[in-house]
Amino acid sequence: MTAPAQGGVKSSAGARLATAFRVLLPIVLALLVGAVIILALGKDPLTYYGYVARRGLLSPIGIQATITRMAPLLMIAAGLIVAFRAGIWNLGVDGQFLLAAVVTAALAPVLVTLVPGWLMILISLVVAALVGAAWSLIPAFLKARYGVNEIITTLMMTFLGIGLANVLIKLPFNDPNTTVPQTATLAVEDRLPRLFDTTIHSGVVIAIVAVLLVHLLMTRTAFGLKLQIVGANPRAAVHAGLNVSRLTFATFALSAGLVGLGGAIEVLGVWGTVRADWNPAFGLLVVPLVFLARLHGVAVIGFVLFFAVLMSGGESASRRLGVPTDFVLVLVALLLIFLALVEFLDHRRRQATKA
Amino acid sequence: MAMTGQDRAVVPAVAVEGITKHFPGVLANDDISLTFNPGEIHVLLGENGAGKSTLIAILAGMQQPDAGRIRLAEKTVRLTSPRESLAHGIGTVFQHVLLVPSLTVIENLMLGGPWRRRLDRASALARFGELSRILAVSLDPDALVGRLSLGEQQQVEIIRALWQGGRVLILDEPTSMLTPAGVRELGQVMRRLRDQGVAIIFITHKLKEAYEFGDRISVLRLGRTVGEITKARLAAMSEQQATDEVIHLMFGPSATGQTVDAETMAHEGQRRRRATAVDRGQSPFLTVHGLSTTAQPGESALRDVTFEVWPGEILGIAGVDGNGQKQLAEALAGQRPAASGVVALRNTQITHLNVAARRRLGLRYITDERVGEGIVATHSLATNLVLKEIGRAPFWWRGITRWDNIHAHAREKIATHDIRTPSEHTPIGRLSGGNIQKALLARELSTQTGVVIFNKPTYGLDLHNIRTARAAILRGAKAGLATILISTELDELVELCDRIGVMYQGRLSGIVENVEGAEIQIGLMMTGAAAA
Amino acid sequence: MPGLFTVDFTTALIFGAVTAGIPLLLAGLGEQISEKAGVLNIGIEGMMLFGAYTGFLVAFKTDSIWLGFLGGAGGGMLVALLMAIFCVWLGMNQIVIGIALTLGAEGLTALLHHFQFSRTYPRLGAIDSLPLPVISDIPVFGRALFDRHPLVYLSILLVFAMAWLFRNTYVGLNLQAAGDKPAALDAAGVDVYLTRSCAVLATGALAGIGGAYLANVGAGLFLPFMTNGAGFIGLVLAMLARGHPVWVLFGAALFGASLALTTALQVAGLNIPTDVVQMLPFAMVMLVLVIFARHSYLPPALGLPYVRGER
Repeated sequence: MTAPAQGGVKSSAGARLATAFRVLLPIVLALLVGAVIILALGKDPLTYYGYVARRGLLSPIGIQATITRMAPLLMIAAGLIVAFRAGIWNLGVDGQFLLAAVVTAALAPVLVTLVPGWLMILISLVVAALVGAAWSLIPAFLKARYGVNEIITTLMMTFLGIGLANVLIKLPFNDPNTTVPQTATLAVEDRLPRLFDTTIHSGVVIAIVAVLLVHLLMTRTAFGLKLQIVGANPRAAVHAGLNVSRLTFATFALSAGLVGLGGAIEVLGVWGTVRADWNPAFGLLVVPLVFLARLHGVAVIGFVLFFAVLMSGGESASRRLGVPTDFVLVLVALLLIFLALVEFLDHRRRQATKA
Repeated sequence: MAMTGQDRAVVPAVAVEGITKHFPGVLANDDISLTFNPGEIHVLLGENGAGKSTLIAILAGMQQPDAGRIRLAEKTVRLTSPRESLAHGIGTVFQHVLLVPSLTVIENLMLGGPWRRRLDRASALARFGELSRILAVSLDPDALVGRLSLGEQQQVEIIRALWQGGRVLILDEPTSMLTPAGVRELGQVMRRLRDQGVAIIFITHKLKEAYEFGDRISVLRLGRTVGEITKARLAAMSEQQATDEVIHLMFGPSATGQTVDAETMAHEGQRRRRATAVDRGQSPFLTVHGLSTTAQPGESALRDVTFEVWPGEILGIAGVDGNGQKQLAEALAGQRPAASGVVALRNTQITHLNVAARRRLGLRYITDERVGEGIVATHSLATNLVLKEIGRAPFWWRGITRWDNIHAHAREKIATHDIRTPSEHTPIGRLSGGNIQKALLARELSTQTGVVIFNKPTYGLDLHNIRTARAAILRGAKAGLATILISTELDELVELCDRIGVMYQGRLSGIVENVEGAEIQIGLMMTGAAAA
Repeated sequence: MPGLFTVDFTTALIFGAVTAGIPLLLAGLGEQISEKAGVLNIGIEGMMLFGAYTGFLVAFKTDSIWLGFLGGAGGGMLVALLMAIFCVWLGMNQIVIGIALTLGAEGLTALLHHFQFSRTYPRLGAIDSLPLPVISDIPVFGRALFDRHPLVYLSILLVFAMAWLFRNTYVGLNLQAAGDKPAALDAAGVDVYLTRSCAVLATGALAGIGGAYLANVGAGLFLPFMTNGAGFIGLVLAMLARGHPVWVLFGAALFGASLALTTALQVAGLNIPTDVVQMLPFAMVMLVLVIFARHSYLPPALGLPYVRGER
């Protein structure tokens, strides 16, 4: 299997410019091809992009919706960066996210009657992280002990997790006072506090801090370097005396724990409850963003912002201009393909000029 | 110099004319012209980077030349794919085994057949029997290739190379994986094929083999043919004369016995290490008693290995690859758990310590898989130099990385060990094999070292770096290190070691003093024929 | 649940299991070809969905179910072609490209469907079945198994055809070599890129037909995102089957049965959340993995692009 991890090479100013170019070029190309598709569907791409930018980024309400939307995506991105840098394909994000969200939704309304609000939020976050981590335990064990491919196991656990989340909502955690199966609702005033006078909840701050901490962990600590070595060359890790199976467990736990936190933040910050069959399926969407950012913790914030603008702007545009939000998926796919292509051409070029 | 002495009477089986091949930054083949005659073993000699492999790749259809042509029986052909080469009767046995381990012998031989049809087992078995008789080898056609020994796998490869006619057989460094007996057997096979009229191209960097097997020798250097010893002249020469002439060709007219590289080459296998004053009266530095490991699929487990190494001593471990040397090295380094037995450093039991703890006690392991496990290619040279110190002072403080210290440490090592690199930030994978080995030596041979295990430390290096590595081994021993040197090159062991043991099927079959004539006994032990 | 497993219920259950299992079977068989050749085809979900869309569209426009399957194969192969270009020829990361193709197919099919049919979901007419003589009259499972669309029979035949192909043809040897030791295949004069590309295209065709079956026979209509992870289940089936098509058949039957049971229980009005039933096969497979994990095997070159001259 190819490890997704990349080298932690420091770059000079020139190299940084080249990196920026390599990142921006795929965006421009994807937007161009996307424009052709919109045109083919009989709409005006300029109007569409303009509308998306206005409603997603430039209007006060739009930007607040966009930033709020970033919180779970950032938490998942943080979790994926940890896993991918360690060479582990955690494709079970959706199950981890959903289960943690459901447990939080069930726990928080009960806790709030017992403990002060801040403690309720703290406990909920910790429990959510633990639930996420627990859901990665079996794949971690199978990978560490027997080398079973984690793509299969995490995918299976995600299907299982989605099912289990629904069962929990429908049976033990069901709120009998509602017609649609859903958990009890956390009152708006008990949710994560808003920032200043906006609709943005403070979970966004937690998410940004988490991403930055993950970045520091990867670049500035022994633990992060160990993870990256396991990812880049597992045999070298054994040779250097690293405890690969313990690091594998740690990676899974940390990755899934961060994803679980994302689930909790989405519930505590936005919804206050989880309905049956709710599954935002953020997992596959965030994977491309993390790759676009080349597993870089700071860069990923930019990509998540970009994506969130497309999503929230795209939703308004679908109502107004009749271009469905699914178009955003096409854009992300194009982005990813162009990113890979630019990377490939760049690699070719470097090979050719290597003395 | 008579370099183009052509025996005009025979039509060459294959001839290359003016072959030139550029790779980015390298001129791999520079106007190479050679003819290969049927019924002749033609040796191509040259060190790493001389252009042998590129020439073979071109003849095998894996690479296309930028200029020049290939003539087969006086007709110009274009070999644009391996399939075409095979169809023209040019078969190649590459240095690394190119067989599918999960398929059987006969399935491997059928590979590449007409894809529209059903497998034709019957005629494949007939052809297999025919070639087995010619080569006088006996193989089970239904055995899984992954279960065969390297020697047997090579026999399968030779059969495959001859499968479609066998006009030309190219053997790329075929002896590197074989026992002395295996080499003899290969020699017999080659002579039998030669007598059948096959043109054999035999690539090697060992002068001895060139003389022993070759009917004709061509020497390559820096992508050019620098000379040829014709059949008639070679037959009239003694081994010493031939050796002198080849060295003359490889290193230029004034080289014989003068440049260090020429000297290394000329005296290889003839120089014996003066017995050093190893005091075996004192207690040994490393004691291994009854060490065994559990077998992993496809490898031989270590079985009941016992030996001691004293300070200042170099203990050689000979043996054909895959007889448990790697398992021994890894069990000593702590990378592989011991099933039973005891390993002790001085008086400290280290049998159950991990890699890091053993390293702290002064035990170092320099792996043979430099790129495979020795380094993390995408990370910087500086990071790789502290790969085995992660989390420890002065490079880390409470788990926080102190990059300044790591980079300063790297700059110091680059200077003291003459590592050629653009900077300490350069990903180590971009460095040459020789410089990677220097970096590994710099990482392992620091001041707190007591025991060093070298696993094939010169494998794949060029002459200059072979010298550097061997000098480092000797220097270490002189400074009092207890050294274990694992090598498949008997000459290297004879040159450097005090005592030599042989690994055969996971056992250490015997340890002999490195005295005159020891090679014969060691050669026997390598085949399991005799124990000390 | 006394009286639940009546004859009618059981027949309906088996009938549903076949309907739900066939797409999984085709996807699993397709993925198996790719994996054997060393390509981890995560794009299979996208191939299946795109095949479902094109298959439905062709069947809808031509009124021919067979042309629909052909269209499905074509749609799947179109996505597979991109996979082959990016991952086999250009050697780009198979997982990244696979995810990109899946996302792209999800977005594109939803988009195209929206612009064609707006918010309506037109249905196809009833599908003719081909009752096999005699055996389709066997009580309980005769009608459920042997009075089906011919594609069902063809799919089952394909399982054995593939098993035979893997063992007895040069194609089988080539595929195995491409996944186990591509350099050996190259040295034997077979083009590794071509072998792998053909494998990926075959995957696309089978996944596409599977998608078309899902839309045309299973549902009778196309819905955006309708594969809903079926491709991924196929991927899991292929990985667990370790190169043996018959195991894919068993796996598809297991998953198909649980999906059918979900529907059947709903129809029966039982108050077990369908999710519990849906989780069963995944739970079973995880359990099997935990118990028998040490025998896990995948081709050594799986997921690695082949570059001639690199080892």
